[in-house]
Amino acid sequence: MTDTTTAPGPARDALDDAVRRLTTDDAVLRLSETEAEERSGYQADSERMIMNMGPQHPSTHGVLRLVLELEGETITRSKPVIGYLHTGMEKTGEDLTYVQGATNVTRMDYAAPLFNELVFSMATEELLGIEVPERAQWIRMLMCEMNRLSSHLLFMATNGMDLGAVSMMLYGWREREEVLRFFEAVTGLRMNHNYIRPGGVAADLPDGWRDDVLRIIDALPARLAEFDVLMTGQPIWRDRLQGVGVITAEEALALGATGPILRSTGYAWDLRRDLPYLRYDEVDFDVCVGSYGDCFDRYAIRLAEIGESIRIIRQVLDKMPAGDYRIQDKKVTPPPRARIDESMEALIHHFKIFTEGFRVPEGEVYVAVESPRGELGCYLVSDGTAKPYRMHIRGPSFVNLQTLPHLMKDSLIADTVAIVSSVDPIMGEVDR
Amino acid sequence: MSDDVVADDAPEPVAEPEPELRCGVPVTWSRGQEVLHPTRDQLLTVVGSLRDDGFWFCTDLCAVDYSAHGGDRNLPDAVAGERFEVVVNLVNHRDRQRIRLRVQVPEADPRVPSLFAIHPGTEAPEREAFDLFGITFDGHPDLTRILLPDEWVGHPLRKDHPVGRIPVQFKAAPAAR
Repeated sequence: MTDTTTAPGPARDALDDAVRRLTTDDAVLRLSETEAEERSGYQADSERMIMNMGPQHPSTHGVLRLVLELEGETITRSKPVIGYLHTGMEKTGEDLTYVQGATNVTRMDYAAPLFNELVFSMATEELLGIEVPERAQWIRMLMCEMNRLSSHLLFMATNGMDLGAVSMMLYGWREREEVLRFFEAVTGLRMNHNYIRPGGVAADLPDGWRDDVLRIIDALPARLAEFDVLMTGQPIWRDRLQGVGVITAEEALALGATGPILRSTGYAWDLRRDLPYLRYDEVDFDVCVGSYGDCFDRYAIRLAEIGESIRIIRQVLDKMPAGDYRIQDKKVTPPPRARIDESMEALIHHFKIFTEGFRVPEGEVYVAVESPRGELGCYLVSDGTAKPYRMHIRGPSFVNLQTLPHLMKDSLIADTVAIVSSVDPIMGEVDR
Repeated sequence: MSDDVVADDAPEPVAEPEPELRCGVPVTWSRGQEVLHPTRDQLLTVVGSLRDDGFWFCTDLCAVDYSAHGGDRNLPDAVAGERFEVVVNLVNHRDRQRIRLRVQVPEADPRVPSLFAIHPGTEAPEREAFDLFGITFDGHPDLTRILLPDEWVGHPLRKDHPVGRIPVQFKAAPAAR
């Protein structure tokens, strides 16, 4: 059953305290990139040393650069330096029609591409004032929860690898591959699917999809138990993670952190339950929370969320209705393939939708979904044409990265890898 | 027929609602979402009092350049549209509500007070808005470029900043024989 307790409100003075601490505790090394370059390395006149970690370091999950100020082996201040993957995707989005937009946003968080497509499509539909058919909504839920599995399995793999559990890397990758194979069967691609589109999804689920899903989710619980044996109970694993990178609920809230980072502090906030979208209010699942806000809790939450996603997927299988997989609104939906062969108008209509796109009424809207990394938001402004006037994506990784200096303050340099890994940033989404 | 039209039209001026206010600033609704329109001077007070109301979580801050927008911007009568707009999204976890703030920022003086002291989580989004739009946030502790290199010239998300292009060769190049 869905936990209906209200999200715990932080005590007001604790929140004020956290804000005061975060704005004055001097955890962030406020140096520009150029200054950091000049001052890096050993300085004869100072006890402290500035060191660059990354952007090509294997544990930084892509191209994250950390500028660390060290005193011996202890990190005193630090700063994440980002932008190495910046390709101006928000600018690109202004140049693409709403039909093409999903192809663009799906490349942001490449570990959870379907969520990007979902949030963009939902924002577009909100501006259009249309509601997609029921079956399309359940298909979206199925695909997104499968995507949450693959994303969290990827986290299990990389987190294991970062901490020296190399076999976990292979196991995680193996299970993820199963999910990606299912995605390939449904969408034609393993990643960057462009499957969820404004108005519904690109195609109906293929024959035998139910068996494919069942094969994956029937096999997973036994594998999760293996992960548990391999990692959760191991003393070395616990020593490396417990009490490392601790953050309080108030600090996480003040820093805008969402997803497993916020929930690891014991603060139950999950958009699927608290501000439900699609049909999440019709399925039962628990919001997993931690209690210490450390790296171990963030690992354990993701492991438990895999189990909750399996639970949701089973309910989706039971409730999947028959019907249309996309809205039958001629303005938004291209005509079916068969009609194009027999009708000139259908051909023209098809051509128009894919060259000019459809016009979206003026307005602005912010829509958010719970991605595996936290609140993924999309702010769309339309000026009445076929292209978004402004398309802004609120990437959870981008905001969550701000917790890094506070998580790493006064910890050892060896813990950096564990902490960065537990934040699970996807740089494509950070830099956009 | 014409009598009906008159009868229908008559009560309308009376029913014209007073401009809606919240925290002393005009409110509009956009697709069922509540939007406040504070001025730059009101921003900190409004965000502060919304925080007292339970909107203690700031999810997002971004900017919009409206210089090429030809349509209706859905602004209340009391607010004059400027070139830039800073958009702040707040969440009330207790009542499960969202609220949005749209602040008008003139082109001649693109400055906005920083929310860093109230919501430290706006540090990175404000740097992003500075980087891509050239809007200055007064009171920000580290207003430097975040996504682009330090030596970059211009602010790419402004509408007058051209999109880069790679020249395309449509005919075969002369063979290098």
